[in-house]
Amino acid sequence: MEPLIKISDLNVGYDKVPVLHNVNLEIFEKDFLGVIGPNGGGKTTLLKAILGLIKPFNGTIEFRKDISGKKKPIGYLPQVKHMDRKFPITVFEVVHSGSIMEGASKSKKIINEKVEQLLNEMGVYDIRNKAIGELSGGQMQRVFLCRALLSDPKILILDEPDTFVDNRFEGELYERLRKLNEEIAIVLVSHDMGTISSYVKTIACVNGNLHYHRSNTITQEQLNDYNCPIQIITHGAIPHTVLKYHQ
Amino acid sequence: MNAILELFQYDFFLKAFIAAVFASISCGIIGSYIVSRRIVFISGGITHASFGGIGLAFFIGFNPLLGAVLFAVLSAVGIQFFTKVAEIREDSSIAIWWSLGMALGIIFIFITPGYTPNLMSYLFGNILTVTISELWWMFTLNVVIIAFFALLFRKILYIAFDEEYARAAGLPVTLFNYLLIVLIALTVVLNIRVVGIILILSLLTIPQATANLYTNNFKNLLILSSVFAFTGTVSGLFISYFLDIPSGAAIIFTLVIIFAVLKLLKSVF
Repeated sequence: MEPLIKISDLNVGYDKVPVLHNVNLEIFEKDFLGVIGPNGGGKTTLLKAILGLIKPFNGTIEFRKDISGKKKPIGYLPQVKHMDRKFPITVFEVVHSGSIMEGASKSKKIINEKVEQLLNEMGVYDIRNKAIGELSGGQMQRVFLCRALLSDPKILILDEPDTFVDNRFEGELYERLRKLNEEIAIVLVSHDMGTISSYVKTIACVNGNLHYHRSNTITQEQLNDYNCPIQIITHGAIPHTVLKYHQ
Repeated sequence: MNAILELFQYDFFLKAFIAAVFASISCGIIGSYIVSRRIVFISGGITHASFGGIGLAFFIGFNPLLGAVLFAVLSAVGIQFFTKVAEIREDSSIAIWWSLGMALGIIFIFITPGYTPNLMSYLFGNILTVTISELWWMFTLNVVIIAFFALLFRKILYIAFDEEYARAAGLPVTLFNYLLIVLIALTVVLNIRVVGIILILSLLTIPQATANLYTNNFKNLLILSSVFAFTGTVSGLFISYFLDIPSGAAIIFTLVIIFAVLKLLKSVF
């Protein structure tokens, strides 16, 4: 099977200072990749490189032919803590702004209907005319998830969607992602390894470089070997695979 | 009331009134964009840099507004270039252009022989001396701004709100940023006659702050800011006439009073 995204020997960073070294990664259809790693390790940098927001120093990021146009059919949920909460924009408009992404309908009517449908599904329809500054953290996340889904993306990229989220929505969010994952590939950045490990299919640890397994379990020893200082919580009920050390 | 109506029989007053309408629309819209994007300081830099052009025009002897347009656009693009390409910190780039423009203006005016009669009206504005050709320029600017915002409203809003997301979607973000900064430069310069270089920032920020008390919707903010700008400018114009005080200062005073009263009312009730 041809991967949706194939990253080869990627070196990337900001202002000539490299953050990620020699990253190799393949993302396949219906993958659910959890990206973990310490702050400053390059998780967000990896997402930005995939989104084309920063240019690689060297190495390549190739998209499968059918999605390799200038615009990519990607849904993106950035870290909401970087949003300007004082910006005069309503919830409806934020979700509607997803229409600029590739894959969104060109018809105004269809887009408006889809916005309303997503707002309803996510339980934020009643606050559609509120300014984003009036929302709670959890509501913000829902609204930005609506925006990311508006264009029916082939790949959904989420940067720490679990910050500020109440427990109830966290469960809801992951269940929703699990459903979406039946159709599309998901890349999820989180520092809460414990929660995501029961949902993701593969895990990548990013800390200057990237180590990854096509499995959703990873042991504390491996994290140590990877120099990936993350606390791991294992799930008793879930079948366990312990991977051997590899390069 | 009659005294007010009689004023409109005077040619100079009618022109001032029309200038107030044009200034309110352009500053209402462009100011909303500036405030929402938090680029008030950039706008201040462009405004003050334009003084260099006014000085140059006095020295060589051409229309000062043309000189101001030249320097405003140059500094607008220059600030973007310094920040994005030359990687100078943005606030420092702004300060460099801001002070360089003022310094050049002062030098040019100093070496210009004789007395520069209109200097004060460029610094502090004098809406009562607006000329017909200036009104035509303001009218053209208003048409351009309204057309630009009407046709590309959502793109402007989405880029302003989340530039990174717009880039990921493949929108021409840099082009939009340059176009809008040029529109800011033109708005600033063509409205200099209304409140002057020193005071123009007020028309770009105070009506917006007032409008922001009542709406968080970008489209409504554009409209409401223009309405508050109009109310303040016209009231200030009358106050200036009847109390015989400088129009620019009277307009700003009115804008601030409107804001303060409404803010107070909103906090109390």
